[in-house]
Parts: sequence; C-alpha cells; structure tokens
Amino acid sequence: MFLNHIYLIPLFPAFGAAMMFFFGRRLSKQAVSAVCVGAVVVAFIFACFTVVDYNQYAHGTGKPFEKVVYTWLGSGDSGLTFQKKDGTPAAFNVDAGFLLDPLSVIWLLFVTGVGMLIHVYSVGYMAHEGGYYRFFGYLNLFMFAMLTLILANNYILLFVGWEGVGLCSYLLIGFYFHRKSASDAANKAFIVNRIGDAGFTLGAFALAWYLGSFRFTDINPLLRSGHFAIGDPILTAAALLLFVGACGKSAQLPLYVWLPDAMEGPTPVSALIHAATMVTAGVYMVARSNAVFVLAPTAMKTVAIVGALTAIFAASIGLVQNDIKRVLAYSTVSQLGYMFLALGVGAFAAGVFHVFTHAFFKALLFLGSGSVIHAMSGEQDMKFMGDLRQRTPTTFWTMLVGMLAIAGIPGLAGFFSKDEILWQAWSSEGGAYRILWYIGFATALMTAFYMGRLIFLTFFGKPRMSHEVEHHIHESPASMTGPLVILAIASVAAGWLGIPHSLGGKNTFGKFLEPVFSREAPVLAAEEPKQLAAGEKEEEKTDPMEYGLMGLSVLAAIIGLGAAYRYYSRAGKDYKEPICEAAPPLYKALFNKWYVDEAYDYAFTGRRKLGPGEGNVRLGVLGLGEASSWFDSRVIDGVVNDAGWVTRAVATLSTWWDKWIIDGIGVNGPPTLACFAAYGTRLFEWGLVQWYALVMAAGLVGLLCFEFGLMLWLWIAIGALALAALIYLLLRRFVFA
Amino acid sequence: MVPITTLHYLVVAAALFVLGTIGVLTRRNVVIVLMSIELILNAVNLNLVAFSRMWGLGGQVFAIFIIVDAAAEAAVGLGILIAFFRNKETINVDEIDLLKW
Repeated sequence: MFLNHIYLIPLFPAFGAAMMFFFGRRLSKQAVSAVCVGAVVVAFIFACFTVVDYNQYAHGTGKPFEKVVYTWLGSGDSGLTFQKKDGTPAAFNVDAGFLLDPLSVIWLLFVTGVGMLIHVYSVGYMAHEGGYYRFFGYLNLFMFAMLTLILANNYILLFVGWEGVGLCSYLLIGFYFHRKSASDAANKAFIVNRIGDAGFTLGAFALAWYLGSFRFTDINPLLRSGHFAIGDPILTAAALLLFVGACGKSAQLPLYVWLPDAMEGPTPVSALIHAATMVTAGVYMVARSNAVFVLAPTAMKTVAIVGALTAIFAASIGLVQNDIKRVLAYSTVSQLGYMFLALGVGAFAAGVFHVFTHAFFKALLFLGSGSVIHAMSGEQDMKFMGDLRQRTPTTFWTMLVGMLAIAGIPGLAGFFSKDEILWQAWSSEGGAYRILWYIGFATALMTAFYMGRLIFLTFFGKPRMSHEVEHHIHESPASMTGPLVILAIASVAAGWLGIPHSLGGKNTFGKFLEPVFSREAPVLAAEEPKQLAAGEKEEEKTDPMEYGLMGLSVLAAIIGLGAAYRYYSRAGKDYKEPICEAAPPLYKALFNKWYVDEAYDYAFTGRRKLGPGEGNVRLGVLGLGEASSWFDSRVIDGVVNDAGWVTRAVATLSTWWDKWIIDGIGVNGPPTLACFAAYGTRLFEWGLVQWYALVMAAGLVGLLCFEFGLMLWLWIAIGALALAALIYLLLRRFVFA
Repeated sequence: MVPITTLHYLVVAAALFVLGTIGVLTRRNVVIVLMSIELILNAVNLNLVAFSRMWGLGGQVFAIFIIVDAAAEAAVGLGILIAFFRNKETINVDEIDLLKW
C-alpha cells in the first residue's frame, strides 16, 4: 500500500531533477514540462493516497508511522559509539527513515499541493525565458529536498533536506546569474542561511549528546517521560540553537536580510520557496521539536519575542516599499514572525494552522504579482502601475481574495489563523505574553494597510505606466490564472478547517494536531499548572474576551484597509505617500529598511569602513582580512625583515672582526711585532764580515775563559784589544773613504 | 843555551795564530784576509805537530788533514772572491755589505 512506499514521494521530483540534469538540454519545452510538472503531480496524488492510508492506519490517534528504508550512517546498535553526557555509550545511528504523523501530513499535503500549482504556473510564466529545463530541474530538486525534510524521521536526514532547500534557494535566486544583483542575492541567502545551519547542527548534536539519538521517535518519548526538569540547561541551549537555525531558514530577526533580496529570483521561486515552503521549514522544525522547547521556557519566550518583534519590524518596512515583490517579501517575514509568536507562547497548533493558511494566500499573492509583472512587461515598481482592474480581471479578483485573507477579514483563511494566534498570545500563561498581543495587533493593522496599499496602487487609481507598457497589458494565460483561482478558493476554504469553538466550529485542524503536541501536558500539569506549553486539550468553553479581541482585530483590518483606500485608491501620476508627508525622517528610515543591511556591512561583512578618511577601521569579515593582512605585512614581515637586518649586522660585525682583529692582530700582528722588535737589532747589521768574525772570536775567547778561568788582567787585555779592533773597523768603514 | 821545549813551539804557534786573527779582523783586502786565515790554520798545524811528539802520531796525521782542508777551503774562498769580484768589481771587504740593513 501507499504508506509502505512513502519513500517514493520525494523520489518522484528527484527523478525529474535527474532527468533534467542528464537530458534536459536536449528536451523540448513540452517534454520538460511534462516530466517535471508531471513528477510533482504524481507526487501530490501519491501523497493524497498516502494520507488516506495513514488515516486508516492511525484511526485518529495520531500515532506516527515510521518506515526505515535503510541505515545510512552507523550500523545498527553496534555501530559508531559515542559517549552521552552522562557517560553511557550510545550508538550513532542515522537512517534514511521516513516519519508520517499529523504534523508531516499537513506539510506534505500543502507542499505537494502548492508545489504542483506553482509548477503548472511556471509553465506559463517561464515560457519565454531561457534556461527552461534548468529552472524546472532546480524546482524539482527543491521539491525533493523539501519532501525529504518534512518526511525525515531524524534530525540528520532533516538537515539533509534543510541544506538541500538552502542549495536550491541559492540556485533559484541566482537563476539569472548574469545579473550581479541576482548573484549577490543568492550568495547572501546562502551565507545567512549557513549561519542558521551552524546553530541547527550544534543544537541537533547537543540533543544527541544529551539524549543519545537523533530520531524523533526516540527523543520525544524520552523527553515526555518526565525525566527531565523544566528549564534544563542543556535542553534550553539545544532549543535556542535549533531556533537559531530556524531564524536563518525562516528569516527572523536578525537573519531575515536575505529574504527581501531573494526577490531577484523568478516569481514562481519567490512563491514556492520564499512564501510557502522553504521558509516554513524553520517553523516545521520547531514544531517537530516541541518536546524540547516545552521543557525550556526561556527558549519559548525567546521564540515568542523574536517572532513578535520580527513581525512588527518587517511590517513597518513593508509600509513604504515600492517594489511589489518586496512588499510581499516583508509581508512573508512578518507573517513568519506571527508563526513563531504562536509557537513561542505554546500555541503550536495555531502556528501550524497559520503556516497552512499562509502558504495558500501568500503563494496566491506572489503568483498574482507575477501575473501583474507579466502583464506589465516586467515592471515591478508600483509607482508605475495602476488601474489594472479591468484589464487583468482574474488576477485582480484572486489577488483581492488573497489580500483580504492576509488582512484577516472574517470568513477568509487568514482571519481564523491569525486570530487564533492573537488570542493565544493574549491568554497564554495567564496573560504573561499580553504585550506580545499588542505588538501583534499593531502588526495586523500595518499588514492590512500595506496590503491594501499594494492592491490599490496596482489595480486602482489612474494608470501611471508608460504608453508602450500600457499597450501590452494583457491577462495571463490559463496555465497561470488556473492556479491563481485554485489558490484563491483554498485561501477561503482552508480557514474553515480551523474554525475555533468560539465561533461554533469544531477546530478540526487543532484536533488533528493534538496528538503531536499534547502529550507534554501530564508532565507540566503536574509541575506548574501555569506553564501550559502545548496545544493541550482545549477548554471547551470560550472566554468572552476572545470575542472582544476578535472584534478588535477585525476593526484593525478594516481601519488599515480604509486608510489604504483613502490614500491610494485614486493615486494619479504624482501620488504622495502619507508617511512621507507626515514624518519624512521616519519615511526615510523605513524606506531604507531601517539601515539594517548597512549596519551589517559595518559590523559583520566589513564592506563599509567605520569613520572617514585614512585612519579608519574596518570591522567584520573583511576587517579580519585587513587586520590579518596588516599583521602579516607589518608584524610578520617586520620580523622577517628584522631577522634579515640582524643577519646583515652580524655579517658586518664579522667582517670588521675578521678584517681588523683577526687579520690585523692575529695574522699581521706577529710580523709587525717582529718588525718592531727587529728594528733595534737591525742596527747592528752593518754588513761587515770582519765584524762578524770579530764577534765569533770574542765568543770563542769567552768560551775558553768560561771553561778555564783565566786571570783578570788577561781579560782586560783581551777586552781592550777587542774594543780597539771594533773602533778601528767602524772608523774604517764609516769615516774613512 | 835554553833547551827547546814544547812550550817554545806553542808560543810560536800562538803568536802566529794571533797575527792571523788580527789579519782576519783588520785587513781591508779580501785576499789578505784569506791569507791570514791560512796563517791561522798553519799555526794550528804547528800546535798539533808540537804535541804529537809527546802523544803519538795522531797529531801529525791530523795536521795532514788540516792541510788538505786548508787547501780546499782556499780554493772555495778564492772561488767566492772571484764570483763576488765579477759582481761588484771590488776586493775591499768594507764594500761587501749587501746584508747591511
């Protein structure tokens, strides 16, 4: 049956990608479309049947279905062993295993469903673009990675999918790689993502080190057994690290900067990856790790606060952006913030519900904007749009539905999910998170405003485009409008799955997800009843406050839309931005995205220098490079140069020593001394042979006297004689001629 | 009349020796110096012969040796003199001062 072959689901798009890799260049566009779109359609149908099978299998109990295809790393229980924190050994075991439980069922359905629609849409959108087979190949590769991510039964295989979607995001954002802005944006996305990945890896390994396994089915029972205290430091650290990963992938503060730039990619890419699927991977992972987070209240608080701040921060920037896709990008970041806010306050089911509805209406909005761009011959700036209502009717009506959904108008999907989140923010933990409700409320107001602005500037008012562009405006082909209509229906209907009790619904969605999240309740209820941190068995009664808050958020939506209508619905060629009129410095800050990218350039990349002039400093990565280069050329080379100088100095010294001391004193010294010494004795050499003879004779006489001791008078006589002879000789030689 | 004892011979020999020595040390002419050297040698001969009367024939034999030796030496000395004369054109011993400093 289908469940047993669940591993085929990711393999269908993988097959498509492989086909494109090997044969894509030679195939015609129709063949490429057939293979790739077909692969995803087959995957979707298979997924539907699998879900039916799963329902039969689980009978509503939500027990997970796990299928291990083979052991990928490690080998059973006797594989690579490592030591856990408490010293006991554990086996390192990562299998190519697939897990299906209510959480992954939801993701599976909307990923394949929305993916299928976007593939169909891309056939029309990319019809005139180059690199057709490459696009679909990457798109299929992305589907493969995403499906691996959501069906994985352990953190490592999830990470494989995680990395894979990051890679595909890079490849697809940089699809028009000959544009520098696109290639830069792709780099930015991948690099920022990588920072998150580091956190994720550390978190996953921390969990394995602490708990002994990577598998969800091993970790979750262990965590829910009551063995661990709430606020356990290792679990808190692991949860925070996992959340860093989620921040990178799902574009939360401070790692959201890649998402707006990611709009450089083709619009279907923005719709699929950066609205519906990849960015929800972070939410999925946190939801999957809910057992960890539940035991770490600090981490949950962090998640909630970061989510709320991201939501309002991004919404504020979205208020004044002119590029239609950029508005939607910031809107995505903002809505992701809502999802994390939900997860952080413990409303896991509400967060997942918002992911589900958001996927539909955000994909719808992106695809619709793609349709608009297509109609406008490539123009993306809303300043130059206007009055497209009659000329692109299907696009208009579907986008209107999407806008109403995201703004939270009752009856449409966004209303139910967003409202659930806001209510949980207000009521969780006895109101401890109430301030987050205020932030969420302000964000809802802003969301309605900027989405209304988007619709009104694009479809209402007077036409502000050039005449050639105006001439070419046409509705998109059926391959593009078809998915739009389907998504519009989904944006309405999807919400009905989660109609809460307060409005008379059964909250099917929440109930379906209960088994995934609820099982912590026994642990926590015993400890601190206040620390409710799961979608526990909902009280069946409704707090009247809920109605009040519901009313307030509807009011916010209406006020936002009304304000947008007032300012933008009649926008002519020189329309003014109200924020710019009211507070120009604020407008400037918002328009420049609160200068976050510039700040990062100062602090982290080092592309901008601190301080003017020459004596400035460069921080960040490039600063490190500069510092290393300075260190190398000044300090290291300085040492080298100094060593050289020392060698030369020693050589000079040696030369001097050798020349003056050794040669001077040692070698020439004795001769010189001998010369000096001989100078005295030289004087006695007159060259007179007879003088030599005289000396010899005197010596002989002296010897004789020494031997025989002659008498003194004889001595005197001989002495006188010798002296006389000497004087006579000298006179004769030197005086006489 | 005083008998002629060995002493008389020795005195004569001594006198000849001293005269020869003075000649070697004093004379300017190289040839005369060589002659004086002969005189010294002969004086020594006399001495040897005088003593040989007392102590056997060894003295006389040695005197023969000395005569031969003197002859050779004279030959060599004259040879040096001639070589030197060819060089310097003088036989004045004062002018043979090439080793002067």
